[in-house]
Amino acid sequence: MENRVALFTGAGRGIGAAIALTLAKEGTDIAVVDYSDESAAAETLAALKEAGVTARYYRCDVSDFGAAKAAADQIVKDFGKIDILVNNAGITADKLIMRMEEADWDRVLSINLKGCFNMIKHVTPYMMRKRYGRIVSISSVVGLMGNAGQANYAASKAGIIGLTKTVAKEFGARNITANAVAPGFIKTAMTDALTEEQKQAMYKLIPLGCLGETQDIANAVKFLVSDDARYITGVVLKVDGGMYI
Amino acid sequence: METLEKLKEILSECKGEDLDITPETTFDELEFDSLDKVDIVMQIEEAYGISLGDNMQLSTVGELVAKIDEAVANK
Ligand SMILES: NC(=O)c1ccc[n+]([C@@H]2O[C@H](COP(=O)([O-])OP(=O)(O)OC[C@H]3O[C@@H](n4cnc5c(N)ncnc54)[C@H](O)[C@@H]3O)[C@@H](O)[C@H]2O)c1
Repeated sequence: MENRVALFTGAGRGIGAAIALTLAKEGTDIAVVDYSDESAAAETLAALKEAGVTARYYRCDVSDFGAAKAAADQIVKDFGKIDILVNNAGITADKLIMRMEEADWDRVLSINLKGCFNMIKHVTPYMMRKRYGRIVSISSVVGLMGNAGQANYAASKAGIIGLTKTVAKEFGARNITANAVAPGFIKTAMTDALTEEQKQAMYKLIPLGCLGETQDIANAVKFLVSDDARYITGVVLKVDGGMYI
Repeated sequence: METLEKLKEILSECKGEDLDITPETTFDELEFDSLDKVDIVMQIEEAYGISLGDNMQLSTVGELVAKIDEAVANK
């Protein structure tokens, strides 16, 4: 995977950072697109550079159509091309529908779902010219199962699946593949904060009996953007320990 | 025939090879698919600052040149 350029959204930290680092170790140059201050991603950028690749930070809110275009254009100016797009930026604003405000719905949908559309819209023209592209968007098993308290999040993650399948059909003739990865419960700062009791309850839902690691998601993405997956497009790869079967 | 030259550039870039086109060349011969067609229309629109609309039924390069010249004149 040497000499390839990957655009990652929301890779300043968390799962996105783990995936970016995994690809960097394979020699892929990385453009990190995130809306937090660059200092929040300093550690991630340092790790990427240590892996020996070119890594740059682009501050951008993916839900902003114009800003997404400006970021994509600037990345092509800086790196010469974009081979891989990983849509990973995502937020939650959990509430039961009874208490969910319009703004909670709009914000989650515009970042999680419209953000994916914005990046795909502005990156695919470059991929089309090159007759090559690998797009992976991070969905969630919640998008397949639904989850009380996450109407906005579940809808956005299910939306990513419909978007992915459409991108696979529209751009297939240009050797651009589009797939989604649906993580289950992944060990992050958020899950670390749960009590032992809450964790035990979660394990009961998972046939493999444990939480996933960010590296498990990274491995799935690494496969989907590799040449080994050249004939795979439009799939939803669940990485959830069997939580949703 | 400036428009034809410019069009030749756009069509060649889209095809990824140097195309030899004349006003009589048909789009069927050039074998563009639907994605190419959208891409070409968008590039023309951007290059000339015009709008060509979504449903262009054209058979030859000459017809497209005429359509572009007309849109530019009406700008
Ligand atoms: N953690 C889990 O268990 C889990 C499970 C299923 C799916 N996911 C999905 O995986 C992805 C990453 O999750 P995470 O746990 O690493 O989250 P995280 O909150 O640790 O990281 C998300 C990153 O996205 C960035 N971001 C947020 N809004 C943005 C915007 N508008 N524009 C640009 N960047 C923005 C944040 O700054 C942050 O760096 C998300 O899409 C999430 O929904 C996570």
